[in-house]
Amino acid sequence: MSCDCCKKEKALEKLMRLEPEKTSQLVAFIDSLPLGQDVDVNRGHLIETLHKAQGIFGYLPQEVQQVISERLKITRSEIYGVISFYSYFTDKPIGRHKISVCCGTACFVKGSMRIVDEFKKQLNVQEGETTADLKFFLNVLRCVGACSLAPVVMVDDQVYGKVTPEMVSEILAKYRD
Amino acid sequence: MTLKTPSELNALKASLVQAVSDKVKILVSLGTCGLAAGGSKVLDAITAALEESDCAEKYEAVPVGCMGLCYCEPTIELRDGSGKAIIYGNVEPSQIPAILEAGLTSAAEGATVVERTWYYPEDENNKNKALQAKIALRNTGRINPERIEDYIIRDGYQALAKVLTTMKPDDVSQTVLDSMLRGRGGAGFPTGKKWQFAAAQPKGQKYMICNADEGDPGAFMDRAVLEGDPHSVLEAMTIGGYATGADTGIIYIRAEYPLAITRLRIAIDQARKMGFLGKDIFGSGFNFDIELKYGAGAFVCGEETALIHSVEGKRGEPTVKPPFPAVQGLWKQPTIVNNVETYANIPVIIRKGAAWFKTIGTAGSPGTKVFALAGKINRVGLVEVPMGTTLRDIVFKLGGGISKDRNFKAVQIGGPSGGCIAAKNLDTPIDYDTLKAIGAMMGSGGIIVMDEDDCMVDIARFFLEFTCDESCGKCTPCRIGNRRLYEMLTNICHGKGTPQTLVELRSLALVIKDTALCGLGQTSPNPVLSTLTNFMNEYEAHVNERRCPAGACARLIRFTINEKCIGCGVCAKNCPENAITGVTKKRHVIDQNKCIKCGICFQKCKFQAIDKQ
Amino acid sequence: MINLKINDIPVSVAEGTTILEAARTLGLKIPTLCHTKLDCMGVEHKSGSCRICVVEVDKRPNLAPSCCTPVTEGMVVKTNSQRAISARRTMLGLLLSNHPKDCLICAMNQNCELQRLAHEFDVHEIKYQGEQNEFPIDVSSGAIRRDPTKCVMCRRCETACNVVQTVGVLSGVNRGFDATVAPENFKPLIETSCTFCGQCVMACPVGSLTEISYKDEVWSAINDPTKHVVVQTAPSVRVALGEEFNLPAGTITTGKMVAALRRLGFAKVFDTNFSADLTIMEEGTELISRLKTGRNLPLLTSCCPGWVNFFEHQFPELLHMPSSAKSPQQMFGSIAKSYYAEKMGLKPSDIIVVSIMPCLAKKYEAARPEFCHDGVKDVDFVLSTRELASMIKEAGVMFASLKDEDYDDPLGESTGASVIFGASGGVLEAALRTANDILSGKDIKNIDFVAIRGLEGIKEATVTVAGKELKVAVCSGLGNARKLLTQIRDGKANYHVIEIMACPGGCINGGGQPYTGSDLKTLEKRKEAIYEADKSFTLRKSHLNPSIQKLYKEYLGEPGSQLAHKLLHTHYFAK
Ligand SMILES: Cc1cc2nc3c(=O)[nH]c(=O)nc-3n(C[C@H](O)[C@H](O)[C@H](O)COP(=O)(O)O)c2cc1C
Ligand code: SF4
Ligand code: SF4
Ligand code: SF4
Ligand code: SF4
Ligand code: SF4
Ligand code: SF4
Ligand code: SF4
Ligand code: SF4
Ligand code: FES
Ligand code: FES
Ligand code: FES
Repeated sequence: MSCDCCKKEKALEKLMRLEPEKTSQLVAFIDSLPLGQDVDVNRGHLIETLHKAQGIFGYLPQEVQQVISERLKITRSEIYGVISFYSYFTDKPIGRHKISVCCGTACFVKGSMRIVDEFKKQLNVQEGETTADLKFFLNVLRCVGACSLAPVVMVDDQVYGKVTPEMVSEILAKYRD
Repeated sequence: MTLKTPSELNALKASLVQAVSDKVKILVSLGTCGLAAGGSKVLDAITAALEESDCAEKYEAVPVGCMGLCYCEPTIELRDGSGKAIIYGNVEPSQIPAILEAGLTSAAEGATVVERTWYYPEDENNKNKALQAKIALRNTGRINPERIEDYIIRDGYQALAKVLTTMKPDDVSQTVLDSMLRGRGGAGFPTGKKWQFAAAQPKGQKYMICNADEGDPGAFMDRAVLEGDPHSVLEAMTIGGYATGADTGIIYIRAEYPLAITRLRIAIDQARKMGFLGKDIFGSGFNFDIELKYGAGAFVCGEETALIHSVEGKRGEPTVKPPFPAVQGLWKQPTIVNNVETYANIPVIIRKGAAWFKTIGTAGSPGTKVFALAGKINRVGLVEVPMGTTLRDIVFKLGGGISKDRNFKAVQIGGPSGGCIAAKNLDTPIDYDTLKAIGAMMGSGGIIVMDEDDCMVDIARFFLEFTCDESCGKCTPCRIGNRRLYEMLTNICHGKGTPQTLVELRSLALVIKDTALCGLGQTSPNPVLSTLTNFMNEYEAHVNERRCPAGACARLIRFTINEKCIGCGVCAKNCPENAITGVTKKRHVIDQNKCIKCGICFQKCKFQAIDKQ
Repeated sequence: MINLKINDIPVSVAEGTTILEAARTLGLKIPTLCHTKLDCMGVEHKSGSCRICVVEVDKRPNLAPSCCTPVTEGMVVKTNSQRAISARRTMLGLLLSNHPKDCLICAMNQNCELQRLAHEFDVHEIKYQGEQNEFPIDVSSGAIRRDPTKCVMCRRCETACNVVQTVGVLSGVNRGFDATVAPENFKPLIETSCTFCGQCVMACPVGSLTEISYKDEVWSAINDPTKHVVVQTAPSVRVALGEEFNLPAGTITTGKMVAALRRLGFAKVFDTNFSADLTIMEEGTELISRLKTGRNLPLLTSCCPGWVNFFEHQFPELLHMPSSAKSPQQMFGSIAKSYYAEKMGLKPSDIIVVSIMPCLAKKYEAARPEFCHDGVKDVDFVLSTRELASMIKEAGVMFASLKDEDYDDPLGESTGASVIFGASGGVLEAALRTANDILSGKDIKNIDFVAIRGLEGIKEATVTVAGKELKVAVCSGLGNARKLLTQIRDGKANYHVIEIMACPGGCINGGGQPYTGSDLKTLEKRKEAIYEADKSFTLRKSHLNPSIQKLYKEYLGEPGSQLAHKLLHTHYFAK
């Protein structure tokens, strides 16, 4: 929205200092976008920028939001409004491995809630939380489209099908180094 | 190589047909589930076997999309040029040598042969034998989705060539209107009419959007098309662009579909190189290009106005219609939003004509519908049936009936916005209008089958939980109303409901339907209303007797120890809450106040001494 | 024209009219909550989200939101069918089920649109029970109180802040039941670029956005025998305060207000108009010197703290343009705790300065660290017009029947030039009146600069001052300010002087004024009253104010002198 010339360097400098490599990656991406003075055009690139930034940083901390805000000329409140709307985006750091238990209908009728409960118990976290050792992030999602294998659990990009509560500790063991 | 005329396309097709080897093809299903089930290991085994043996002259491995037989992934199909074929399911890499050995002459020992239940548009004489008719899925599971040549061999881009070189834009919309194709994304609005609206808007920037947000849990039709036959969507969007005067196409795809995204990117690249996208397509002067936009985990972004806001980089909140997107959509310009499956039908309709299309399906809803079968059904998978097929045929003939020999209770059709259909309506021939009449909805085409172990109150509660999570929160009835419905249902499941709760449940559900801003809220009470209509007895058992007939609502279960107890103490040792007490060799008791209904004691007791009620 | 039937009555309205407006022409008021017309900015907010305004439309399967459904030919509408009314009741019931229902202890008690609806619908029970949202209350700014638990998600504040003011502090966040409106990352307002203009407060139909009240602190001060408590009243308070006592909009209540303040127990009742005249002396001198050198033009006025906050956050590269003169409120505080203190033989710390302001940004301004010396704030407490009304009611003072009284001396004397500070255009007009005289060395008679009066957002004029043509602009509403400033920054506009006020229409529409429901007519009346008050003065130019002349003679020396600089000027910070 504003030019924020004076602030721009501050937010960017700070992030550069904290995360030089990641920040340059993000800036390079933003620079490759056809941005301009027209906020509407810039806004059209917001969601892909957030995807990219989350890919780089793992989550969307305030400093990152601020840099995006300044580069795309979109207010920070609007960016936060978008981040908090889409369940894919998070402003909290998440664990190294992302465990997503599918609770779509097909998985639900095949007992996915028991799987969720088991993960909660074994990891001692609630849905949407990261374990204290920052290893796992437990997440519930709706349908990954592998309903034939219901109930389905995804750990990072690996899909596990026909999961039973007994399999939970086996799955976790694979990621506990 | 850029193709400039239809005859160049025909020549290319002819040369590709020429070049087709007479090898037997081994189609390996490599959709998302196929991969998750180990399909790539099977492909590796085939490649390895072909390298090692002399089979390489006889066979050719082709990675394809979903064959619809998701229940028995990994699946492969051996097929020769004459159409002779054999399909194997649950294939193990170790079975590959035997399968190659047997070829098309006999079924390989130890491998599972799967029956084919469909026909394709080109083998219409087979029509009567099979329950399925594959139009939208005509190429899915048959071609390598990463090779544009495979698509061209099967008449790909012929419809586009026809449209651009022989038809006026208005004729294209008219043909689609004549075919009476109705939007497959849920509401069933006539696609041709929508195109005409956009075409009637003054010239200028217009957009064609493909809605690939497929957020209904339990639905994976669109994913299968995009993973298995991406070019048919690209071709259709370009045709639509010509019909409406749009030069920009956008595919809005959920980020949860990485494989579909990859394949779409490859397809777009190939189409651009061949000149099917870009400037001056087929020398007609018509320009069209397509870009991808990603969702970010919001079901409501399937709703078209929300989708448009999401593309614009905003919160995916729907807005009031009118104005409709066809008049004022993306960046306030006329915009067509169509579903993936809707698009997948278009090239065939153009090639074979509206009249042909209307010979399939019912009078009010011609053509076919793809359904994703999931839940307590033996053959989970993807089927495409002519409109008017009965649910009984779908569930029992194609789906192989209920798994584990349990009894059928209901199907939920149309996802969270649909309704539950009970056994008494199994013989309704389903199309848009009949489903509405029985209080359900076509929705996108997810069919979840439920058996006697599923509590319908719990299912309704599950769907409401989904809507509460996915509501955008903009309007009062959906933001707060659905939450209250959910709380009422939870209370009922917890044994805290009263007959008054049931009255309020229905009346609030009706008001939400009547007042919500967008389709999400307008349909979210459907699961409640349809279960109230069809399964009132289950609700009554919960509120009057504090009993869950299906035994699914944990809080309503009571574990008690009967006279068969010999006092072994195993249950007491395993109870996580120390809720069981008793003296050795004497009958034990469960303290109901401590019991958390985990069911461990019930499983552990070897003497059937614990009753579950 | 479109022909339709509403409740069986035929009616013709222009194309594009909504059902709501069409029904109004028949004298039917359909209840609304989220819908509002921010008339003075020409913005209509129709999110269609509350669903209170639903009506039945023939052949439509569901109910239609009348506020955002355009009429169509042959439409048949029923506004009062059983179905529509019961749906509205349900909407209200649902809203109340997620609401604290604290009316008795709510700042919006009696002004609240939700409360009014509950009253009109005669709601007797909370039908739906269930979880209620929990959010922390934000009082970080000392000016605006945000209590999201009372939010009904009408999103009117978002439109006020983002569309009208283009500050963009508020946005819808979260989704579903947890959805609410909040600043980025749920930060406290003080850490955002909020200007505290209070337009969101004016837009909010409920008690989710209100002012932070200092009534209790003021009562304590008044009752503290060791303190000498003086009060100043801003120009625009006198033309709006009466509305709180059921006097017609536009009633000038200066005399009654002064009397009431005495009844409340203030030691001295002074006028911000006095320091408004002082502002003109300082700002006018600055203008004259910039005109002479031709440097740092245009001069931007600086008496609106909402606007000051805006440029500090949004246009830090233009910090040299605004006048360095403090706002009248702060000038008053400085003078009260220096000149006046000396005169009275009081220690600055024994004087408590209370301001009655139309404004919430002034609460923030008074708390800025640069306006505090040796732990003594220049202005101690700022009350809004609404808070003053509430104190008067609390004290049982019968406002309407009070006899007019006069301000105290010496900080109570003022001119017509100062009272017009309350309306958009007034500060500039006052400055021009003085500049004209000083530059020409004459007492010029024709002093009404009508071209820069009125409620329009941006007014431009070329005026002749002492024979020289000056290009001037007047701008109210921060969205308009952004437009103008962007042009200036890009070198596309050339002006000599620009007046900017954060609130659309100026202080008569400030965030601390009695609620108008964005009614343009009320604002017009307040504006007219301001210019009427101007006419009632015999002295209508700031430099003719005898008390001001005396102040310079006895204490400050010349406008722009070193002491004047110390006491009456400030500097700005990039934020
Ligand atoms: C909550 C909601 C979710 C929807 N999700 C989808 C979806 O995932 N895919 C889709 O094609 N249509 C979806 N729709 C329907 C679209 O709004 C729109 O009607 C459709 O894309 C139009 O295409 P069609 O005419 O080809 O069906 C959804 C509608 C609603 C109300
Ligand atoms: S019905 Fe639900 S999803 Fe649709 S606008 Fe209202 S709150 Fe949002
Ligand atoms: S395990 Fe069965 S038999 Fe043994 S004590 Fe428990 S109830 Fe009795
Ligand atoms: S159900 Fe679980 S908690 Fe209850 S008695 Fe049995 S073991 Fe204990
Ligand atoms: S916001 Fe309105 S309804 Fe709510 S407590 Fe305050 S006065 Fe009452
Ligand atoms: S209106 Fe009712 S609740 Fe309010 S103070 Fe009077 S009696 Fe009490
Ligand atoms: S006070 Fe003004 S700037 Fe601050 S949030 Fe409200 S409208 Fe926006
Ligand atoms: S804070 Fe007030 S104005 Fe803003 S959305 Fe909530 S109720 Fe509406
Ligand atoms: S215009 Fe007046 S009321 Fe509004 S912020 Fe400025 S000084 Fe305050
Ligand atoms: S419901 Fe779990 S993968 Fe579809
Ligand atoms: S193989 Fe999974 S979608 Fe068919
Ligand atoms: S006033 Fe019409 S929807 Fe709120």
